Amino acid sequence: MALRQTAIVAAALAVASIANASAAEPKQGGVLKIYHRETPPSLSIHEEATFSVNAPAMPIFSNLVLYDQHKPQNSMGTIEPELATSWAWDKANTALTLKLRNDVKWHDGKPFTSNDVKCTFDLLQGKAQDKFRKNPRKDWFANVTEVTTNGDYEVTIHLKRPQPSILAMLASGYTPMYACHVTAAQMRTHPIGTGPFKFVEMKQNESIKLVKNPDYFKKGLPYLDGIEYTIIRNRATAVLAFVAGRVDMTFPTEMTSALIADIKKQDPTAVCEIAPINVNTNLIVNRETEPFKNPELRKAMNLALDRKSFIDIILQGQGDQGGSLLPPPEGVWGMPPDMLKTIPGYGDVNKSREEARAIMTKLGYSATNPLKIKVSTRNLATYRDPAVVLIDQLKSIYIDAELDPVESSAWFAKVARNDYSVGLNLTGNGIDDPDQDFYENFACGSERNYTHYCNKDLEKLFDQQSAETDASKRKSLVWEIDKKLQEDVARPVLFHARTGTCWKPFVKNMTIMNNSAYNGYRYEDVWLDK
Amino acid sequence: MLGVYLVRRFALMLLTLFGISVLIFVMLRLVPGNIADILFDAAGMIDTAEKAKLEKELGLDQPIAVQYAEWIGGLARGDLGYSYVSEKPAIDEILPRIPITAKLAGLALAFAIVFGVPLGVISAVRQNTPLDYLLRVVSLSGLSLPSFWLGLLILMAFVHYFGTIPIYTDPPKGFWEALWLYSVPAAAVGFRSSALVMRLTRSSMLEVLRQDYIRTARAKGASPRTVNYHHALRNAVLPVVTVIGLEAAFLMGGLIVTETVFNIPGVARFLVEAIRWRDYPIVQNLVMFIAFVAVFINFLIDLLYAVLDPRIKYAS
Repeated sequence: MALRQTAIVAAALAVASIANASAAEPKQGGVLKIYHRETPPSLSIHEEATFSVNAPAMPIFSNLVLYDQHKPQNSMGTIEPELATSWAWDKANTALTLKLRNDVKWHDGKPFTSNDVKCTFDLLQGKAQDKFRKNPRKDWFANVTEVTTNGDYEVTIHLKRPQPSILAMLASGYTPMYACHVTAAQMRTHPIGTGPFKFVEMKQNESIKLVKNPDYFKKGLPYLDGIEYTIIRNRATAVLAFVAGRVDMTFPTEMTSALIADIKKQDPTAVCEIAPINVNTNLIVNRETEPFKNPELRKAMNLALDRKSFIDIILQGQGDQGGSLLPPPEGVWGMPPDMLKTIPGYGDVNKSREEARAIMTKLGYSATNPLKIKVSTRNLATYRDPAVVLIDQLKSIYIDAELDPVESSAWFAKVARNDYSVGLNLTGNGIDDPDQDFYENFACGSERNYTHYCNKDLEKLFDQQSAETDASKRKSLVWEIDKKLQEDVARPVLFHARTGTCWKPFVKNMTIMNNSAYNGYRYEDVWLDK
Repeated sequence: MLGVYLVRRFALMLLTLFGISVLIFVMLRLVPGNIADILFDAAGMIDTAEKAKLEKELGLDQPIAVQYAEWIGGLARGDLGYSYVSEKPAIDEILPRIPITAKLAGLALAFAIVFGVPLGVISAVRQNTPLDYLLRVVSLSGLSLPSFWLGLLILMAFVHYFGTIPIYTDPPKGFWEALWLYSVPAAAVGFRSSALVMRLTRSSMLEVLRQDYIRTARAKGASPRTVNYHHALRNAVLPVVTVIGLEAAFLMGGLIVTETVFNIPGVARFLVEAIRWRDYPIVQNLVMFIAFVAVFINFLIDLLYAVLDPRIKYAS
């Protein structure tokens, strides 16, 4: 009897191991169906600044180098060659030479060469005759002096000063290579890439269709025959479509924790992941207008913030407190919690508010004589909702605020021309790297430095950390900078949001990046176990 | 006489459409922001020089009168311009969506007439009976239930009970698939329209049923069926036809909620998206098309009055 039982168990284990083995073996074929939250403005990644574009367009293109698509945390250590086979820095760390693959073809059959890399940088830097309609990330490559070709399969990127993070910029989903022979206008309407999937069509409000590239330079890939994005604007309909099996996957990072709970209730087999997206919600105060010129007042406002409440109310607990950079463990460069606690406004809320009230009283404000202000914000729920909580919190320190919702299209222009006193803004980071964040949001004169914070000494540290090749030394510098930015109330961060993605269990090899929402959509080795 | 009337009506139609074109054009430009603002905002960009360059490229730097003349001139030549967003000819973006909405609107209207008119007659003929009360409650709920809520409720019920969802993800293949795809949202829309038609038919019928000639018809021994449907309904139907015409015009451009909930890529949803992007060529031409449909349907209804009621004569 015991022998028979042992035999049955052994047989069951054998069957299970065979089943596991077959499940682990990727299958070719099938079309991955994903819902898309909106019609993207175009599919030209270089011209857009939303992952509504990256998600469907990344599978069309290839980068010189790319973050490992199966390591959720993007870091310098997870950068892998893609169109490049290897890279090397010169001794001065100002020239990055990349050797290129010689077996890559564009989707129209033309060969990919080093000239295409040069053309891409010429477009990005505005040196080409053809121009982008918009070029939102030209500043990423402000340190690049020129790109030279050494034959058809080698390029060198020359920098003004050392900047190791240039590799991180190159590895982002935001930096695909474009073809010399395809115009910028064509890239917007019918993109030609070298990626695992070819563009078929995009119909506004309907769908985006991609089909397998049979000439993809990675032999045997992609596994899927195609990817279809069905555009479903109404999220309730989209969730029901996912539950009913009309789509295999939700739009990346579009699900809230409440929606995930609802999905799991209706379809317990659904695989759902919640991760940070490296978008932070922050308070912007115009330090050039009265009475906010007074640093004491700005300090008091920062001390009034109860960051945990924001996370509990707006995100049902799915968020993180941090500085300007995404906090660990998902964030590579964010300050550790112990350090964060030492910054005013991140400790005991009641004590902080007492201190804030004392400052406000000193400035002449009280419960009967509150400071009346307007909190401007973009008229979108993701902006408006935390702004309402902010207004409530400011009441605790004698600030009587009124919500000023600003038409979405006018928002960035309004804050850029300093036409606000207090506002609530969202800041997204394409890559988890301090260079992008510091120069863009806090450098003197940067057009997206909405609060006009300017600290020349700190800016020297920006350059110092940027040129630092030793990762641990750089991290210490970055923490020092981020701490100073928070202490100076440069742009107080309220919270870093976490959001979710769900897919059916037969979708295999799907990895969601957890420190950027812009880099993980190549989908070359995603397969369907059907 | 009819010829003169037709010419006058046609001239009036043209005048109305001209007025609408001016109104659309001006109102669209009164809304804050243009496509350049939206595109730059979406990309988080604020470079004013770059934005001005794009505005020039799209002709948005021209005086409004010049822009209007260019649009109307193009319209007269059959050139609707290019969509600012997709950069495709506007005609290629607009045309494929019209049959989608037309099918949905047609089915919804059919639903409204098939259910609304007979139930309205029954409700009037059986006035103050339990059946009348039931039909009035049903019609009232049809008018008061928000379309968004009803649509989602239908979708949830389908997912829960049948494990499927009647939404548009791909163009239907063949007649039956199309009928299945459009009939559920059409029923959701038609429910509201049928309620309106039913209530109007009922009140109109009640008024006609009290007329002397109906009493005379009954006294002459006409069957209730003949009295109700031949004598009464024909005279009661005039206001109902007017409302059906207005509903038809509304359904061609006003199905935004239904198209959004059921994910139908029709005219209304496309129009809202185009407004969001300030895609002027799409918005202007699409609104003109909807206005033309509304004006034309009204014209047809006017003509239909004479057919339904021979007492109506069109004098010059």
